[in-house]
Amino acid sequence: MAHTFKGGIHPDDKKSATSGKAIELLPAPAQVVLPMSMHIGKPCEPIVKVGDHVYLGQKIADSQAPVSSPIHASVSGTVVAVEPRPYSFGSEILSVVIENDFKDEKDPSIHPLDIDSMTSEEIVQAVREAGIVGHGGATFPTSVKISSGLGKVDAVIINGAECEPYVTSDHRIMLEYPWEVVGGGKLLAKIFGVPEVKLGVELNKQDAFPKLQEYLPEDGTVKLYPLVTKYPQGSEKHIIKALTGREVPSGKLPADAGAAVFNTDTAAAIYRLFTTGMPAIRRIVTVSGSAIANPKNLECRIGTPVENLIDACGGFVAPPNKLIMGGPMMGMPQYRLDIPVMKGSNGFLAFCKDECTTEEHPACIRCGKCVSACPMHLMPTYIYQCSDKGEVADLEYYNTLDCIQCGACTYVCPAKLPLMQGILVAKQRVMDARKKK
Amino acid sequence: MYDLSQVKVSNSPHIRSEDNTRQIMLDVIIALVPALALAIFVFGARALVVTAVSVIGCVFFEWLYNKLLKKPCTIGNCSAIVTGMLLAYTLPVTAPLWMVLIGDLFAIVIVKSLFGGIGKNFMNPALGGRAFLMASYPVFMTMWSKVHTALPLFGSCDVTSSATPLSFLKEGRLPDVSMTDAALGMVGGCIGEVSALALLVGGVWLLYRRVISLRIPVAFIGTVAVLTLIFPKGDGGAFTWMAYELLSGGLMLGAIFMATDYASSPVTPRGQIIYGVGCGVLTVLIRYFGSYPEGVSYAILIMNCCVFLIEKISQPVKFGYVKPVKAPKAEKEAAK
Repeated sequence: MAHTFKGGIHPDDKKSATSGKAIELLPAPAQVVLPMSMHIGKPCEPIVKVGDHVYLGQKIADSQAPVSSPIHASVSGTVVAVEPRPYSFGSEILSVVIENDFKDEKDPSIHPLDIDSMTSEEIVQAVREAGIVGHGGATFPTSVKISSGLGKVDAVIINGAECEPYVTSDHRIMLEYPWEVVGGGKLLAKIFGVPEVKLGVELNKQDAFPKLQEYLPEDGTVKLYPLVTKYPQGSEKHIIKALTGREVPSGKLPADAGAAVFNTDTAAAIYRLFTTGMPAIRRIVTVSGSAIANPKNLECRIGTPVENLIDACGGFVAPPNKLIMGGPMMGMPQYRLDIPVMKGSNGFLAFCKDECTTEEHPACIRCGKCVSACPMHLMPTYIYQCSDKGEVADLEYYNTLDCIQCGACTYVCPAKLPLMQGILVAKQRVMDARKKK
Repeated sequence: MYDLSQVKVSNSPHIRSEDNTRQIMLDVIIALVPALALAIFVFGARALVVTAVSVIGCVFFEWLYNKLLKKPCTIGNCSAIVTGMLLAYTLPVTAPLWMVLIGDLFAIVIVKSLFGGIGKNFMNPALGGRAFLMASYPVFMTMWSKVHTALPLFGSCDVTSSATPLSFLKEGRLPDVSMTDAALGMVGGCIGEVSALALLVGGVWLLYRRVISLRIPVAFIGTVAVLTLIFPKGDGGAFTWMAYELLSGGLMLGAIFMATDYASSPVTPRGQIIYGVGCGVLTVLIRYFGSYPEGVSYAILIMNCCVFLIEKISQPVKFGYVKPVKAPKAEKEAAK
């Protein structure tokens, strides 16, 4: 029996373009651009200056803030600039630019770690120092997730749902590096002191099941759970619901429901940290979409310009109409290609034509499809109706702030209402009103 | 360098489903075709003429309303065609064509457009139109011709009204037709309501295309079934009585096509069940105790008016809802 939650949608997953293609290693670029904010939380301060020589894996930026994650050099070479550069969240951000010397000289201080001889504080510190964040796209610092969950969490989940259409990077990791994912799971079981880590994988990744099963430990510390193929199955709250039956209380963190969720690539990064000592310096990116000549899964250094990825995929078949960093449901729209690959960049999509059908005069027909689709069990059409002119009290009544912005309502709407845009306005209004109080 | 001149930046999600309003309306039209085919077989070509006039009338009035009020033309979404077909289905085949057009005018202009057009009408336009005609022209609205009677295509019909299965049920007697005839539609009645079977075929299509869910039709028909089974009004066995109640009159048409009208039914899943049950209860009450033999259309219209309230009480419980902890009594009193 596959596990799931109530609500959600079934978009065509379009994964076949890249799901059968092995991960290709993209040669390191001549220059990497490392933005100071690749995570949720406070941006880092550079700790190197122009002219410095840096090793591969050397820490180049850090912050003392409780929620932050250090950044490491993804190539060895010389720092040539510390200046604002464009990045995928729009506008520009302070970035460290490193000229690659193509020697890949590893930082001499990097060495494998022995988890058995470490205290839990040391483990959290090691994960923090390695700059590991949630690689599923939310980029929440993993060390904070572990430290805030220690003692509270009894359900540890590895998220292999990958419910966004097109994106197959996690799928390929599970196929090609199953020991890293399972190994990461074993380490997480040890860190949290739980008897079992649940590895949830959507049923559309059938071929990954036997591969992962091969490496599952006999003592049952990592167990494989099939998930129904449905969007947003990979949402943190919904994978917890599917695998434990618990609901994360409204406005609270997963730890409050006694659960912690880690992306498959995050688990693999933890495994690599303890076995090799290597911090987070590489990323697997699915490059796909109708405008891409030859869609691929590429392993590249963090900080590689997206343009290099497009080059490696044979360029565009036609001038693209839309560029997206991430998946098509929640990804960020882009307008330039000189932005770098970051820690949470699991996909880059380019569409020839707009895949969103629109209506000139959209009118809600009250079909209720958005209500049935909403995984948070809200009433999107009512939030939308109150979004700009309605009372804030009504927006509160409809639980506007519980929206996780998955876009399921907007996807299913047959009347093509811009529900998501309206709800974003509504959320902002509610937050502003709460601040004023 | 790549040509990025055509790149558009817009909000996520960046993909949308293929469904659209027009497609949904076309699916409803397709689902209504079997009932029309049967009506033509039972009542002759006049059934098609009445339906066609009604459709043309609805589309024309919607176009005219938009034109006169300088609003964007909305006839492309095909919802007026659905209204036209449904209104015709609730009329006797003998209905004079001018009366059909008056019904169209009321349905489209008063019930639908004046409230803001598609999705904004709180009442089912076709049933609103029918109720208006019922109040204005009760004689024409209850002139039931016998099946397979030769009727003039366009002119007025001069027939003596015959009994429909519903009029028998009203009197507490079983109808004079076999169960098979009642299911197939070889009986007197409104154009589109006679064949339960053809309507069910249409319902299956709507379910397959996910235009409707089972909630409203099953709650509606189920409630009528349970009530008539427990409280049969006449002799002949409770089960037979229930079967005739289900197969006669506008129950199938109402439950599958009218009560499921998006604009005038609740959007919440729990609300749809409450609404369906309410329709069922009112239908049986009107059929048993009302002065009309048929209760479906008024039952639905009354429930249409309650949709706002039903949605209030059936708002889905949000994901991660935590019951507010009530302070213990002693503490409350201490606070006083």
